[in-house]
Amino acid sequence: MSEGVGVDNLIELNYVEVDGGQRASKAHSVKPDLRVQHVSKSFQSKNGTVYVLEDINLEINQGEFVCLVGPSGCGKSTLMNIVAGLEQADSGDVWANGRRIQGAGPDRVVIFQEAALFPWLNVIKNVEFGLKLQGISSRERRNIALEYLKMVHLTKFQNSHIHELSGGMKQRVAIARALAMNPEMLLMDEPFSALDAQTRWILHYELQNIWMKTKKTILFVTHNIREAVCLADRIFILSTSPGRIKKEFAIDLPRPRDDNDVNVAEYSTRIMQELKAEIDKVVRCEMDADSCVECDIKCTSVEPVKTDIGGGI
Amino acid sequence: MYGMLKRVIFFTLLAGLWQLLFWLGMWPEYVLPSPVSVGKTLARGFHDQSLLIGVAISMKRIAIGYGISLGVGIFAGLLIGRFRIFEDTLGSLISGLQTLPTICWLPLSLLWFGLNDKAIIFLVFMGAVLSIATGTDSGVKNVPPLYIRAAKTMGAKKWKLYLEVIIPAALPHIIIGMKQGWSFAWRSLMAGELLIVCLGLGHLLMLGRELNDMSQVIAVMLVIILIGILVDRLFFIKVERHIRERWGLIKS
Repeated sequence: MSEGVGVDNLIELNYVEVDGGQRASKAHSVKPDLRVQHVSKSFQSKNGTVYVLEDINLEINQGEFVCLVGPSGCGKSTLMNIVAGLEQADSGDVWANGRRIQGAGPDRVVIFQEAALFPWLNVIKNVEFGLKLQGISSRERRNIALEYLKMVHLTKFQNSHIHELSGGMKQRVAIARALAMNPEMLLMDEPFSALDAQTRWILHYELQNIWMKTKKTILFVTHNIREAVCLADRIFILSTSPGRIKKEFAIDLPRPRDDNDVNVAEYSTRIMQELKAEIDKVVRCEMDADSCVECDIKCTSVEPVKTDIGGGI
Repeated sequence: MYGMLKRVIFFTLLAGLWQLLFWLGMWPEYVLPSPVSVGKTLARGFHDQSLLIGVAISMKRIAIGYGISLGVGIFAGLLIGRFRIFEDTLGSLISGLQTLPTICWLPLSLLWFGLNDKAIIFLVFMGAVLSIATGTDSGVKNVPPLYIRAAKTMGAKKWKLYLEVIIPAALPHIIIGMKQGWSFAWRSLMAGELLIVCLGLGHLLMLGRELNDMSQVIAVMLVIILIGILVDRLFFIKVERHIRERWGLIKS
């Protein structure tokens, strides 16, 4: 961690040395690619103001793979949208590659939960889309698109219509489309959460391979801890209402990692314990309260207690 | 193929029934001409080119009027669909005007443009433009926000966002508006040509009436139907099919 990050809500930074800890120390000597400073965001709802994000500070280094993990409604997608430039923060700044971000841009391409491929274009034209916007000649962009389609093993389907692809294939096309633009970083907003377990397993491998080949900075949002441990160099745990960075973990395991690896499972369990309190909060909010204001007060004032979900229903 | 056969049999039977009615002699020939005499009139019309010229003149008018309404309608629809201020103003004007049959514009049109092509082209334009604008508007409003967000993160801005994302994504609705606009335009064209004497198919039809030549009236009617079907088959149905296949709305 370099200084200058507001660490008041960063409770603990665990470096667990499993494999020499080389990667972590190396990553820290590199300049930060993304810097989020004191970002806050709230929405007005019927029940008053909802503080989605409160004073978020984080730094991501160049070529680093970082996951944001938190229970549903903790504002992790909102944070992602702010970094992408699709939403504006109420206060605070986001710096990407030394520039303060203003709006969305092709240096920070987002991959969404749904692939967001354009049905009026076939597969290869979807991959070419961003390049066409940049005014690259049709021959050159065809070559670039083919290169990245090859990286995600889908050259066979280059002329297919989008609806002919499976969910996993669509996400791979979306990854190829993002990479084809050669962005500074990839922002991935729960990209695999709508896929079945087998497909997700394959894509975890594929994404790790791609990341090792391209060395892109990746910010990956997920609610799946196992997924985060499998993919990330560092994991930020977000708390809920208001969304704050609760804890940071460094994962130092050799790559490519497998979801079912013992070490991955062990890390996941440890992180799960951290997250348990947050999940309890969400559960209590959603089950007890009939209004959200009341639940906000309860959640923030009362110390989380163990809830027996099974017996409570 | 089987469907085609059914259609051929049906229309042959219909023509047979018509011929039968003619043979029964319930009405004089100037009221109900025989299919044979209508066929002869058609052949004569194509031979001396009077029908062909009529078709050409009408098609030219509709091409110009419809072409202009495409440009104006899509542009207006985009504005209404994307900007609140245009939705509240232009949008309400258009939905108001839609209740007005196009032919009601005839007196003003004559006054503004005179007894000529321009007046008819204006009618065609007014017939098509509203449907195209509303079609485009609903298309734009139905573009999934996800497409726009994805395009923005890939660097799409301003007019490129419209050209590369919003218009293609709205195309299924725009085509529906275009199709409806076409049929309104075609009706307005015929109404205009019936009332303004300046050649064209509608004028030929009126000429038939004035000469008490019902076989010409029916012949022109058949040509009008035929053109309507051809445009639908050769253009709209093909385009719609293409889009539905692309978007995966039907199994190809």
